[in-house]
Amino acid sequence: MSLIKHPQVERLEAHVSEALTKELGEKKLFSVAPFSEEHAEQTGSSDYSYWRSTFRAFRRHWVAMGLLVLLLAILIFTFIQPYLPGQFDPNAIANAENGLPLKNQPADSVHWLGTNSIGQDLWARVWAGTRNSLIIGISVALIEAAIGILVGILWGYVRQLDFLLTELYNILDNIPTTIVLILVSFLLRPGMSTIIFALSITGWIGMARFVRNQVLIIRDRDYNVASRTLGTSTWRIMTRNLLPYLVSVIMLRMALSIPGAIGSEVFITYIGLGLPIEVCSLGNLINEGRKLMMSPNLRYQLIYPTIILSIVTVSFYIIGNAFSDAADPRNHL
Amino acid sequence: MLKYLAKRVARSLLTLFFILTIVFVLVRQMPIEGYFPNFEKMTPSQIENGLHQMGLDQPMTVQLANFYKGLLHGDLGVSRVYNRGKPVWDILKTKIPISIQLGSLSILFSMLVGLPMGIHMAQRKGKLPDHLGTAFIVLIQAVPAAVYYLFIQLYGTELMQIKLRFDPGDWRSWILPVLSLSLGNIAYYAMWIRRYMVDESTKDYVQLARIKGCNGSRIMFRHIFRNAFVPMAQYLPTSFLNTVIGSIYIESLWSIKGMGGLLVDVIHKQDNNMILGIVLLFACVGIIGLILGDVLMVLFDPRISFTKKGGDGA
Repeated sequence: MSLIKHPQVERLEAHVSEALTKELGEKKLFSVAPFSEEHAEQTGSSDYSYWRSTFRAFRRHWVAMGLLVLLLAILIFTFIQPYLPGQFDPNAIANAENGLPLKNQPADSVHWLGTNSIGQDLWARVWAGTRNSLIIGISVALIEAAIGILVGILWGYVRQLDFLLTELYNILDNIPTTIVLILVSFLLRPGMSTIIFALSITGWIGMARFVRNQVLIIRDRDYNVASRTLGTSTWRIMTRNLLPYLVSVIMLRMALSIPGAIGSEVFITYIGLGLPIEVCSLGNLINEGRKLMMSPNLRYQLIYPTIILSIVTVSFYIIGNAFSDAADPRNHL
Repeated sequence: MLKYLAKRVARSLLTLFFILTIVFVLVRQMPIEGYFPNFEKMTPSQIENGLHQMGLDQPMTVQLANFYKGLLHGDLGVSRVYNRGKPVWDILKTKIPISIQLGSLSILFSMLVGLPMGIHMAQRKGKLPDHLGTAFIVLIQAVPAAVYYLFIQLYGTELMQIKLRFDPGDWRSWILPVLSLSLGNIAYYAMWIRRYMVDESTKDYVQLARIKGCNGSRIMFRHIFRNAFVPMAQYLPTSFLNTVIGSIYIESLWSIKGMGGLLVDVIHKQDNNMILGIVLLFACVGIIGLILGDVLMVLFDPRISFTKKGGDGA
């Protein structure tokens, strides 16, 4: 190997340095970077926002987005439907010109989905039923969440309560849900509040256990130990340290318990313990339709409520799952 | 292990005691009208007399004590309305076999369909079979069972040209109730086995097996499936219980003379002893199911132990 540079290399180096001076002139290659507060901020904290990323991830799931829009449209429509022109009262019996009730009338321009076996407008009943079923589902989800979260966080966080609540859980969880549902609906007067009560007292147990397990996972993380050492009150730790962490998983549970409640209402109605007949609900409508399902030309009275029910429950299910995926920080970016 | 099980059983008995007491007290809160079919026409003294005959005028604690005294002697009392004067146990004895048969057939069927479906979905992850399977699972889990049972009955009977009423002698009338009972479990099994197998397939031991030169199906069945099945094993007995209880709706829909349909019936008739008898039976099945589930899990996976505490299994 020779240390003497090859003439070609020498020529190339000279050429490059000449080009550089031409290009940059007398400018220095490096300059001093002054302190800038603005830039310092930027590196100090990332502009990552949990909720913004969650919604960005959720928006990418176009099926769930579409269903969310559909569901919101249905929800709004059930509330404005009675005020639209040409609507009937869900309990009013329509009479034909000869004064007799219009029974089992097929769909036409007046009764958009036809009438039922005693002459009530099915279109109005379906929407009133959807409204009531949604109210039931959402109330149950909210009550379940409120009780479940409170008990669950106490159960997971306060060690003295663990034994007591675990034993209580073992007892309550072994009681078959169906039996409780049947007994409660049978003991209380039929009505919306009874249904909501019956469904809530069976649902909160699962929610509490779920929250408890989540709390157990994060209870002794460093930031909680730090808070405890600094003398933060239990209540404040529960609401400030634990709860925000749990929001996404709780939302998922709630989204899934709404279709569950709507379905249980159908079951309770079937065994004859549901809402009184003048309060429409999807369960009531499906049960009325069931009685007629053996005659093929009246089957529409079962099928229309079923279609709405399926759209609502499937939407909640898919949205809930998509949201829980989106809320998982590992799926962000 | 034995010590653990003994403790577990003792605790279950306590649970059973609480369940029965709660249901016993609840049942006695039912309106008095329900006990007498012609309540409006009865004089107060007749009503009092009737209540006295049923022992309902005694204080709750006395009633409860009498009930447990009977129970310890294996006596569940007699039916009041459903089959007047006949001991509850004698009635239940005739109803249990058909519920068990339905439940077992359904579990067998759902395993035979659900597990291969989940495995297939895991193998073809992200492809058409996976998407179809997922759509099926979402549909079954989101749409209330009470609704799709109806449609299976409606169109199934039309398609097969059979009656709506269940006839135990005719094998064709078993198909639709068993299918209805199984759909939920099929979706559940398929979903979990798919999820576990997908999770397991990225683990180190699978990579190692692949490097050793194992072929795909051997890895799938000998390595992944066995690990993925452990959590499933725990759920099996519970799913059997759910099937038996879930049959409340199916049995009354198809007029099957089993226990599920019976429960709805006796609650309507306020036949207290019958209600308690059936609740006792269901609760026992449920508790035994939970215990069996844990035992099965230990049998399938030698790494899990009841007695050892803490995370290091070594």
